[in-house]
Amino acid sequence: MSTPPSKTAIIDYEAGNLTSVQRAVQFLGGDGKVTRNPEEIRSSDRVIFPGVGAAGSSMESLKELGLDIELKHAVESGKPVLGICVGSQVILDHSAEDGGVKGLGFIPGNVVRFAFPEGVSRKIPHMGWNQVTFKQENLHPVFEGIESGTEFYFVHSYHCQPEDPSTVQGTSVYGEIEFTAALAKDNLVAVQFHAEKSGPPGLRIIKNFLEWNPS
Amino acid sequence: MLSKRLIICLDVRDRMTTKGVKFKGNVDLGDPVEMAERYYHDGVDELVFYDITASAEGRPIDIDMVREVAERIFIPFSVGGGIRNVDDMRRVLLAGAEKVSVNSLAVRNPEIIAEGARAFGSQCIVLGMDALKVPETDSVPSGYEIVVKGGRERTGIDAMEWAKKAEELGVGEICLNSIDADGTKEGYELNITSMMSEAVGIPVIASGGAGTEDHIYDVLTEGKADAALIASMVHFGTHTCQGIKDAVSSRGVRMRMKWS
Repeated sequence: MSTPPSKTAIIDYEAGNLTSVQRAVQFLGGDGKVTRNPEEIRSSDRVIFPGVGAAGSSMESLKELGLDIELKHAVESGKPVLGICVGSQVILDHSAEDGGVKGLGFIPGNVVRFAFPEGVSRKIPHMGWNQVTFKQENLHPVFEGIESGTEFYFVHSYHCQPEDPSTVQGTSVYGEIEFTAALAKDNLVAVQFHAEKSGPPGLRIIKNFLEWNPS
Repeated sequence: MLSKRLIICLDVRDRMTTKGVKFKGNVDLGDPVEMAERYYHDGVDELVFYDITASAEGRPIDIDMVREVAERIFIPFSVGGGIRNVDDMRRVLLAGAEKVSVNSLAVRNPEIIAEGARAFGSQCIVLGMDALKVPETDSVPSGYEIVVKGGRERTGIDAMEWAKKAEELGVGEICLNSIDADGTKEGYELNITSMMSEAVGIPVIASGGAGTEDHIYDVLTEGKADAALIASMVHFGTHTCQGIKDAVSSRGVRMRMKWS
């Protein structure tokens, strides 16, 4: 990177493969720190909100650690925030996982389980490499340089259904269901796939994020 | 559309990748981290590292190696072969592996699957199994018996029943290795692979016997596997990941294409 690395707080809420995200940030020359310290999160230039696991336990840990409030601060402060996997789901209003979980509500919408049409049977979780179709106009700078149809690594059983279609940046198809794979609203960007485990195109998204300065 | 995965397995002993035929006569192939990086750039979808002596020697997995791999490659990889308990799983996952693989440990103590799945999620837990073709009997109705200790010890457990039980316990994926086909380069055991893939609702990785692109095509179609695991084909330099993927995808199987 041409500018000195900005400080990236990787939110530590015991819910995922935080080290992988940190390794990816470091590999790209960024200064990534896994933290749950409110001061460190507030003084960071950008925030990555990773996730693996279930929405229920994720929300529980976030609240217990007071990190739901820190994330709200970060989003309201206007600094770039990137949600990954479960981190892309709990930013909506509600998730159907674990009997129903209230989300952070940064982007209006719900998270639902894959429900395949009659006669279509697919394994759950949706695990592996799948193509993402990115929107052709007004594509968010974080997805710049990624050809539509590029494959990313997914592991999930639930998917986001945002209310406002203009927040959808990319979609993917599994078992004849087209679902949201990438979202953006103002300074908040979110991907359902594991960008940190998706090879060069995944790294490109993280690099774009580290260099992105929302105006 | 979800791509079928091509997975490379690296058997590691004292920080050296080795490969044998039917677990006998191993040859050293090179540094596992360097090989992993090479395969990553060649477009492999996932990697598996088995510490083949950790279990027998009762020592933990080489965590430094796991960490180095995670610093250099950015695709999922799993680690197996010396996992003794949930703490070992945690160490491996925190070092940067996406998944842990259990095999004989789960045969001895099936509950480890449930414990691991509860602690880290099913998607992190892979069940490796070695299946031996045997005559069909009341105790092994499928005709495939689980063996452990590199095939040296029979367990009397039916492979199909074990797969279903493991799924109930919360395993996220099954890596099914055919002892009969392993190292032969004569093709995967398509029969049990398709049977198992149809019987469980989780992905099945086929292992053992790959020698040509056609074998991989066959196991991903007729064998109904979600992923094909290879070793010799690429370790000995006769094939490349990209070459294999090109050949398989030209016959209509969706594979992840290299990103440039």
